[in-house]
Amino acid sequence: MSFLVLDALEKTWPDGTRAVRSVQLEIERGEFIVLLGPSGCGKTTTLRMIAGLEQPTGGRIRLDARDVTTLPPSQRDVGMVFQFYALYPHMSVAENIAFPLECAGVAKRERRGIVERTAEQLELTALLERRPRELSGGDQQRVSLARAMVRDPAVWLMDEPLGTLDASRRGEMCEFIRTRQLERQVTTVYVTHDQEEAMRLADRVVVMSNGELLQVAPPHEIYDEPADLFVARFVGSPGMNLIAGEVGAGSSGAAFHGRGALAVELPVGTRAGAAVLGVRPEFVRIAPHGSSRGRVVLDAFEGAHRYVHLDTAFGRVVARTPAGAHARAGDELGIEFDRRGLRLFDAASGKRLA
Amino acid sequence: MSSPALALRGVSKSFGSRAALTNVDLRLEPAEFLVVLGPTGAGKTTLLRTVAGLEQPDAGALDLFGAEATHLAPAERDVALVFQNFSLYPSKTVRENLEFPLRAPGRKLGAPEIAQRIEWAAKLLHIERLLDRPARKLSGGEMQRVAIGRAIVRRPKLFLMDEPLTNLDAKLREELRVELRELARKLETPVLWVTHDSAEALSMADRVAVLCDGAILQVGSPEDVYFRPASPIVAGQLGTPPMNIIDVKRAANGWATASGVVIARAPSDAPSTAKIGFRPEHVALEGGEVEAVIEVVEDIGPVRVVVAQWGGANVHILVERSRTLHPGDRIRPRVELEHVVVWRN
Repeated sequence: MSFLVLDALEKTWPDGTRAVRSVQLEIERGEFIVLLGPSGCGKTTTLRMIAGLEQPTGGRIRLDARDVTTLPPSQRDVGMVFQFYALYPHMSVAENIAFPLECAGVAKRERRGIVERTAEQLELTALLERRPRELSGGDQQRVSLARAMVRDPAVWLMDEPLGTLDASRRGEMCEFIRTRQLERQVTTVYVTHDQEEAMRLADRVVVMSNGELLQVAPPHEIYDEPADLFVARFVGSPGMNLIAGEVGAGSSGAAFHGRGALAVELPVGTRAGAAVLGVRPEFVRIAPHGSSRGRVVLDAFEGAHRYVHLDTAFGRVVARTPAGAHARAGDELGIEFDRRGLRLFDAASGKRLA
Repeated sequence: MSSPALALRGVSKSFGSRAALTNVDLRLEPAEFLVVLGPTGAGKTTLLRTVAGLEQPDAGALDLFGAEATHLAPAERDVALVFQNFSLYPSKTVRENLEFPLRAPGRKLGAPEIAQRIEWAAKLLHIERLLDRPARKLSGGEMQRVAIGRAIVRRPKLFLMDEPLTNLDAKLREELRVELRELARKLETPVLWVTHDSAEALSMADRVAVLCDGAILQVGSPEDVYFRPASPIVAGQLGTPPMNIIDVKRAANGWATASGVVIARAPSDAPSTAKIGFRPEHVALEGGEVEAVIEVVEDIGPVRVVVAQWGGANVHILVERSRTLHPGDRIRPRVELEHVVVWRN
């Protein structure tokens, strides 16, 4: 049996809102799972039920072959990291970090070694003797992260721990969390709305919307093979281009037809009907003789690449281009799609067709 | 040439013994979108509040549209400030929230004019269907649109934006970035936007000003500050993963790392010691002289980030996902001379 099992987990609020709907998830020992979704999708409620901070209204939670559904948080052996995690103001940074170890009965000398190593990994060594109020918000966040990850519980539960950090600090914090988790092999469930964080951290990503699991898969699969339109749009920055149209007859087999005489050949046997064509920006090429035209509305430089936003007859399309290929707002450009990047979704259900 | 929308001349501001801004010079051209990028505590908010008239500089002066404005009251400046925390009246409807700034004493607008401006702003921000909803029932993204709507209905001459996207979900942030950039272009009103997010700065700005510890370290186009950062501190603020920065010594045949391994060619006039910087996307995996060992391979969307040990230094390399690579693989990285930035010590 899996190490952590959510079995038909439900949470309905007293006003009737179904925050979490029959969630089924099996997590292996040592696995890093990221619950990804927008505000209000049920990801935090799911995490809080695993922690024991919310009582499910249906289903069971099993941890290490034990049913913990009704156990209080203190009896579950979970370590929690929240976005606004209060530090003990009367203790130094070192004492704050050591506190969970002290509670767990780790000997003083060993404690010191662990604290020093952890502080070094997070570049907190110079701050060890300070009090929390003498630290910046970002430093406080790192101390709380260090404190939460200094001990090895059965499960680490993290609720947007990088939420208030500056963008420039996030990368290194992600690296710290992932390195530490791989080193300690602690099973981890991590909640975020940030798809990039999910990609960087997860063994498997769980995409949630409206209290339901839409897709559970490794990051590259979530990115390359989205199971439905929501995942396609939500994952990727910017998300997948989605073009409404119809599958019908093509010159040699089936073809996707969109507004503005857009015609894209599809594999033979593709079912006819209303559909949505998906293509990621890196599979949209700017080509002078491209089969479709678009007018540049925005040329967004992002360092290593640019994202050119174009208005076309079949809607807004974003193309990823080399950093040196500057485009001006108002320019008319030809575009074409790389066949390897084409994905097809059912227009009614939003589910993936091909 | 027309006068700049805003000119700060040697502006300094301290709070007690803490200097928040030190001798800041900054110009914002008409219709320009200027992003001030800096970490938390850099002085970004103080800068905006000074322009808005909510703080008085200790030294220096500022002009708005060619006229001295250092001592003008906030209401006399015709600038609109949008905050990170969307400040709306929760029980009032969206329409009432938008009307409020137009009904301020001294603003003698007729009812038809007010209605027309609200329609106009609601359309630009895609909030027409929300006009009769109470503000407390809006999502975060909708609230921020309304907050921006409250700023634009006034038709100010300058927008001051204090991290308006920071409290939103990542996805919404990305969508609003595009929308607000387009909106600014349509309005042709200059924008001074502050953020700690380098992707936001690079993708939105006509020019980026990098602010650290109260001082402007560099002002330039996004390409300028990204490819030719004036200092390692500037380089560290821009890009994910950030620029590789390595302490080097001049050796006979190029730049040598601390462990004496030559990793890149050096120009003929190179100093004896320096810091060099190169972007992860400018490292080729083959063609170099010295072998490196891959330690980490990480996929982020369309790109693959590789961390390698190269001559005793940890180097980030960005490659396309079509490249199959594994930890332990040996590569021979190469960086062209033109892609190496040198900072003298």
